[in-house]
Amino acid sequence: MAEIEKSEGIVDWLDQRLAIKKFNKVMMTEYWIPKDINFLWAMGVILASMFGVLLISGIFLLMYYKPDTAQAFDSVNYTIMQEVAYGWLFRHIHGVGASVIFLVIYIHMFTGIYYGSYKKGREMIWISGMLLFVLFSAEGFSGYMLPWGQMSYWAAYVITNIFGGIPIIGDELVVWIRGNFFVSDATLTRFFMLHVLLIPLMIMGAIGLHFYALRIPHVNTQTGDSIDFDAESERFLSGDKKNSKVIPFWPVFLAKDFFVLSTFLVFFFYLVFFHYNFAMDPVNFDPANDLKTPAHIYPEWYFLWSYEVLRGFFFDIFGISAFDLGLMAFAFANGVFFVLPWLDRSPTVAPANQRPYFKVWFWLLILVMIVLSVYGKLPPTGANAWVGFVSSVAFLVLFISLPLVTILERRSTK
Amino acid sequence: MKEWKILGVLVIFTAILYIGVEPYAHSVMHPHVAPEDYKFTDLNDVKLKEQGNVKNGEALVQSNCIACHGLEAAGMSAPMDKATSASVYGVVPPDISSAGLIYDKNYLAHFIKNPAKASKVEHKFNESNPHPMPNYEWMSDDEINDMVAYLVSIAPSHVEDKKVFEEACARCHSMRYDKVKADSDVTAYMGSYPPDLSIIIRARSKEFLNTFINDPQKQLHGTAMPRVGLSEKSQEQVMNYLENVGDSKKQEREELAPWVLGYLVILAIFSYLWKVKIWREVH
Repeated sequence: MAEIEKSEGIVDWLDQRLAIKKFNKVMMTEYWIPKDINFLWAMGVILASMFGVLLISGIFLLMYYKPDTAQAFDSVNYTIMQEVAYGWLFRHIHGVGASVIFLVIYIHMFTGIYYGSYKKGREMIWISGMLLFVLFSAEGFSGYMLPWGQMSYWAAYVITNIFGGIPIIGDELVVWIRGNFFVSDATLTRFFMLHVLLIPLMIMGAIGLHFYALRIPHVNTQTGDSIDFDAESERFLSGDKKNSKVIPFWPVFLAKDFFVLSTFLVFFFYLVFFHYNFAMDPVNFDPANDLKTPAHIYPEWYFLWSYEVLRGFFFDIFGISAFDLGLMAFAFANGVFFVLPWLDRSPTVAPANQRPYFKVWFWLLILVMIVLSVYGKLPPTGANAWVGFVSSVAFLVLFISLPLVTILERRSTK
Repeated sequence: MKEWKILGVLVIFTAILYIGVEPYAHSVMHPHVAPEDYKFTDLNDVKLKEQGNVKNGEALVQSNCIACHGLEAAGMSAPMDKATSASVYGVVPPDISSAGLIYDKNYLAHFIKNPAKASKVEHKFNESNPHPMPNYEWMSDDEINDMVAYLVSIAPSHVEDKKVFEEACARCHSMRYDKVKADSDVTAYMGSYPPDLSIIIRARSKEFLNTFINDPQKQLHGTAMPRVGLSEKSQEQVMNYLENVGDSKKQEREELAPWVLGYLVILAIFSYLWKVKIWREVH
């Protein structure tokens, strides 16, 4: 057992029992981050902060929300929005926050792709990040159901229906997920449980894993250069802070993050107060009605690209039904990001603009995903359906061709 | 410099995505329609007169309207209670005391002449299933003008926003969040229950609501909802009422915003200064 002495104060008392000084060093003052970074490196801290914002606003909403199809709509739109003091503020923060966090997630993801931060030892950072993406998607989808508006109901109907396409077990699986033969009270209550308990728990675990995964391979730089963290941190500690290539997480890295975060919060709260319809779709202010299908059913903007891949295949090919084709493409689109570190066959860790072939691939991917997102919202009729089909195929081709593209790049730059 | 370039790229791509999935996609899904016409210029069968004969109008209203309508302003209550008249006519005939104020005069004249035509629901009625209010096409333009003049003369000079809603909308639509219940159940006529309008102000754009109330057929072709002929001012009052009930915290929201945003701007300035101070040591 440790030698416990009479303490010199509260810090020392705690330090003898919890080793807080050592803990603080490991987590903060001697957790080393490369100096050569730009503001895109602040997205992680913004995401962690936004998760906190969602958690806290969610707790307030949870005090008045009623997960019952007869009461859910009014508990949100009357009790929370009109009766409870500042209930509207918490709902706006929660609704807009859920949408904006996906914008930051995508920026974070594409920063990682652009700078090649998913390879050479950083595969687990990427995979745990993609795991978080999937969990946040599930969290977003389950949360969208809770106000029990028209879009809540019909999105739940369409998305749970997708599982019916899985061979053999499909039909039974849909009933199992819904807890009934149709989207009903049981469905709402179980998605409520997922939204407020199971998925948040998993997200917290995955955030821990994601942070931990950074420890060994370290954060990438904006040039992709690898750094001798031991030597550079020693240089920093010896006082040569200007020439050291690393900075401590606290206070140097976080000083920059706080600035980026507070600037981001100005933008975020502007949306919360003045420009929230993009995140809180007006259609969802109509109560759920199982007899009245809305004229246009579409998911939230952050699901649009994969939704378009799903419905982009609108005709049978080689005897495979359009529905099955769409489903396979959808499954592929959602899974393929996980294996990105192995699809990229080039060992080069560098920003995309320094990689002649990958550069083209990257900007094409951005273009295709924006086109998919826009056409995922437009009615899939006439020419729109074909644009959707072509861009869905382009998305698949991009990922299938990535190994080839990167192998060619590797050979050409040797 | 480099960071500004990155920010520029980020802003441009976010803006393209935003414009594509929001304003552009919505303009495709909800095409623009012609603006509101508060003069109801499509109605021109009755020649409007500036000055009608109020006295003659009163006699005509007495002999033609109050068998079904109440006229509280002249001390005449409705001949039947709401439940009875709803079951007899399918919809409660409104008290016409403030009709001369709430509805456009041109509309009112044409409504008296041919209700189904003026309210654009001819597709819902025919000879075997006539409109609950009969036509007065046998009347002369002068007589119709006299009745309108009388209704205008007895109408109050001002009514509350909520009252306009109750007169013009609440015979079919409820407003649960303000404890207003529809007078009549017109489900059989409509084919579905007319929606509760408590938070319709959040569910539709103001542009949609304004053009829709002014002429439902424009936004929802074939709908059974009648055009009710609200004057521009009355429609403004209805919109006000919808907003006060459906977006009751609007004022609080707009008053709180500058405080929160101001606080965050100051925070951003201080965090920038702190960042500069900390980074001076390492650069």
